[in-house]
Amino acid sequence: MRFSYYPGCTLKTTATELERSALKAAKALGIELVEQKEWQCCGAVFPLVRDEIAAFLSSIRSLAAARDAGEKLVTICAACHHVIKRTNHLIKTDTEVREKVNGYLQLETSYLGEGSVIHYLEMLRDELGFDELAQKIKQPLTGRKIAAYYGCLLLRPAAIMAFDNAENPRIIEDFLFALGATAVYYPYRTECCGVYLSLNNTQIATDMVEKIVSSAFSYGAEALVDACPLCHYNLLELQKKTPQGKPLLPVYYFTELLEEALGLKEQTAVRKDRK
Amino acid sequence: MKVSTEQLRSYILKDIAVISGENVVECYQCGKCTAACPVSKAMDILPHQVVRFLQLGMLDEVMESNTIWICASCFTCAGRCPRDVDVANIMEALRVILLRKRGVSRLKTEDVRLVFSEGMPEQGVVSAFRKFAR
Amino acid sequence: MRRIGVFVCWCGTNIAGTVDIEAVVEAAKKMPGVVYTGEYKYMCSEIGQSMIRDTIKKEQLDRLVIASCSPRMHEATFRRTAAAAGLNPYLVEIANIREHCSWVHKEKEKATTKAIALIRAAVAKAAYNRELVAGEIPVEQRALVIGAGIAGIQAALDIADAGFEVDLVERTPSIGGRMAQLDKTFPTLDCSACILTPKMVDVASHPHINLYTYSEVEKVEGYVGNFDVTIRKKARSIDMSRCTGCGVCLEKCPIKVDSEFNEGLIKRKAIYIPFPQAVPNVPVIDRTSCRWFKKGKCAVCKKVCPADAVDYEQADELLEKKYGGIVLTTGFDTLKLDEFGEFGYGKHPDIITSLEFERLINASGPTGGKLVRLSNQEIPQNIVFIHCVGSRDKARGKPYCSKICCMYTAKHAILLKEKYPHSQTYIFYIDVRTGGKEFEEFHRRAVEEYGAVYFRGIVGKVFPEGDKLLVQGVDSLSSRTIEIEADMVVLAAAMQARDDAAEVARMLGIGVDTHHFFVEAHPKLRPVETHSAGIYLAGACQGPKDIPETVAQAGAAAAKAIVLLSKKTLIADPCVSEVNEEICTGCLACIQVCPYKAITEKTLDQKVHGRVVQRLLAQVNEALCQGCGSCTAACRPGAINLKSFSNDQILAEVDAVCL
Repeated sequence: MRFSYYPGCTLKTTATELERSALKAAKALGIELVEQKEWQCCGAVFPLVRDEIAAFLSSIRSLAAARDAGEKLVTICAACHHVIKRTNHLIKTDTEVREKVNGYLQLETSYLGEGSVIHYLEMLRDELGFDELAQKIKQPLTGRKIAAYYGCLLLRPAAIMAFDNAENPRIIEDFLFALGATAVYYPYRTECCGVYLSLNNTQIATDMVEKIVSSAFSYGAEALVDACPLCHYNLLELQKKTPQGKPLLPVYYFTELLEEALGLKEQTAVRKDRK
Repeated sequence: MKVSTEQLRSYILKDIAVISGENVVECYQCGKCTAACPVSKAMDILPHQVVRFLQLGMLDEVMESNTIWICASCFTCAGRCPRDVDVANIMEALRVILLRKRGVSRLKTEDVRLVFSEGMPEQGVVSAFRKFAR
Repeated sequence: MRRIGVFVCWCGTNIAGTVDIEAVVEAAKKMPGVVYTGEYKYMCSEIGQSMIRDTIKKEQLDRLVIASCSPRMHEATFRRTAAAAGLNPYLVEIANIREHCSWVHKEKEKATTKAIALIRAAVAKAAYNRELVAGEIPVEQRALVIGAGIAGIQAALDIADAGFEVDLVERTPSIGGRMAQLDKTFPTLDCSACILTPKMVDVASHPHINLYTYSEVEKVEGYVGNFDVTIRKKARSIDMSRCTGCGVCLEKCPIKVDSEFNEGLIKRKAIYIPFPQAVPNVPVIDRTSCRWFKKGKCAVCKKVCPADAVDYEQADELLEKKYGGIVLTTGFDTLKLDEFGEFGYGKHPDIITSLEFERLINASGPTGGKLVRLSNQEIPQNIVFIHCVGSRDKARGKPYCSKICCMYTAKHAILLKEKYPHSQTYIFYIDVRTGGKEFEEFHRRAVEEYGAVYFRGIVGKVFPEGDKLLVQGVDSLSSRTIEIEADMVVLAAAMQARDDAAEVARMLGIGVDTHHFFVEAHPKLRPVETHSAGIYLAGACQGPKDIPETVAQAGAAAAKAIVLLSKKTLIADPCVSEVNEEICTGCLACIQVCPYKAITEKTLDQKVHGRVVQRLLAQVNEALCQGCGSCTAACRPGAINLKSFSNDQILAEVDAVCL
């Protein structure tokens, strides 16, 4: 199984742990992720303005390169995935943008949206299969109560992201089940963590994080798992700014748990002091 | 409060419609966007009011609000709107118009040095600049 | 030579405003065969009609062309006018210069040219019109009613009371439908069961009504007056003539499954009577869950039955019956809420639908009428009701208003307060719609006398927190977001058509709208008829409606059916296909395309050079033919013609317009 792989800037800097664990786990699962040679920053937010095409170019270059390689494009960072997936949808549906972008890029073969981009979790679910994944687990996370945190970027807008049911997703819970862990359902798992506000509206973002973490905690979670470097930072850092002043729950990337369940690393720390 | 026909037909409303791709007339003011919004408490006018003011062509109320800057672009409103109006798109369109027209930058380079030291991911910093500054 | 008269109608300014009548009259005078041309402001008026009658006699006209509105409007009128003057009605031709011309054009000059062309075509066609005589078809004096909810019950009773035989077919084991599930009814608060069960008993005991419960209509063929219907009587596994309804079998059956009647809130047995007042009060074995049918073991019910009524060998029975008319009353479902994850339905036991609330507050319901939180069996204090869950929602639900939710939610608020004076209801709404007799007064009572608090806005999400449900909503009147710690949340889920409505429509040859509600023939003037003659609609299968409207519509549908059945014969439209046996090659392509099974093959003995040879030919059953014309298009040698729309006539029209 072989895919083109788009890392994005954050995975090369502040979220190296996410990339390291993801690549190590993929290798152990017999999945080849080939990093694209000339990827560029995706632009971080999907632009709604159609009259500036510059922000779409990086996504299209990567999508076209994957197409030329005859491979699906795999992402790990939720924000990159959001931007590339929506850009791909836009170029498929908006003739004007499609013409402008191709007119500018002058690719050997025009890019019309025929490629496909999938998130690492989708790769596990749809390409490998969670049943197959469960077969390969060496150190099942039996008895571990873990709460999935989805965030916004993978789920919404649901029709375009087509990732899962936006109000009632299950992909991360199914993933946890394959790893042998117990998934903890709590009502805030799809609520926004407010990371875009943590730069200039820290208090709002802190309140949002507190709600998410304390809800997961009250439903019996020992740890949170996420798939987004931004949420990850926010959930970790802003927990420190809550009235308790220290984190209530540890937060992991889903790939860290995968790595552990595949027997590639020591057990991750969880809150044991609770019940 | 006086409503004029000119105000209802303002060209900026058309810009907003083109940039956002949303038609505010489709909204019937059920308030689902506000009810769903995780940050509505910090807003001076609520998301459904933003749409209402646009329906009435009252641009000043919208443009001078803090609401459009508080919006976290989480798309929860859009996902639950029974009328398929993406309020997050509208907020983005309003920000873009303000940033372009008035050259307002809501984020300064100095602010960033601090957060970088706390480990804010690059993605967050880039998107903050994309969202809040020209 | 023909003696054709052309009559041009102004239709007030409808036609005359856009078409130059004088120029049209002048042009018509010069058309071949035209011996008279007249005009009048309203040709359909009595003055206009008498002008036509007089002229037919005076000018000895043998063909008429009326240039006026669509033939759907007044073709029948002008045919009667001609007949009154002794002219065969099928010699009248309509040129539609209103819908096809004046209404859709603005420029007078061009519209006038077009009106002249349309009249020229009609004149050319009229020259070929032949005298036709309408035949008669017999009417089977029996009606079929499909679905035995309140609509079907009412329609069946009305038709039967008029003296006609009615077969009432119901898919589930008992009649009663949705209304049997309800507690009280708005706006009078009379008990649903108290007003429904007497009607159910009337149906069961009526000498003219045959009840087929646990049965489904499987095939419908034929046409108005003569429908051939196949009904599958599903095996009940009980001999109904022996069962005394003692109920011992129900007690002893070891298998439990969700009770459909109680919306899955409690269990029923595999052998069951859906509810105590069921008609017939005879159990049925649900073979999909019965242990005997799944594993060949058990047979407890058979052992305990004192009447020896349990019959595992019973098989489905197919009945083939003939009906003159059909009333369709198949009811509605409620929207499944899988797409509305934010309300948490199915994720928490205290988040329920309004129909589940009806069962919980109903004295004959699973809790004996005690409203409890399903999570802890305690009586709820704060109850939040949410309107429009999936209604008026073009994104994830249905774009239409479900019409009854505003009223039943007000009813729920009143019932709650009456039963539990310490409870508090909160209602989130988008608009409160109270169009109906005593409806607005009822809603105001809920607010003013029963203290229901209405929020103008909707709920964003329900967050289960501990043993409470945190409801986050908005009140747009005060521009505030609202948080309520509720004990119970009740969702007014949208009404929707039955899952298999489109299949049923196809079987009956009627239409459905985009939401699969059955389509009436005309939204204002023919609200209970369908486009298929002899098939009528009543109740929520046609669109969301409440009980009074449903009953009124059922009575109206019954009246239409009675009008049909009260005739021994129907006048058949003579505009049907005919085969020219001289030209027919016997290829029988026409049989393949005929949607009404009106064409069959026949053999004709024919002498050729002194020998008798058999020729294969097509023949048309004029009673079955609906005049659609498919066969005439399929016929390669051009041997089939539709009377009044023959190839000669159509080509004459085309030539008149084009040459």
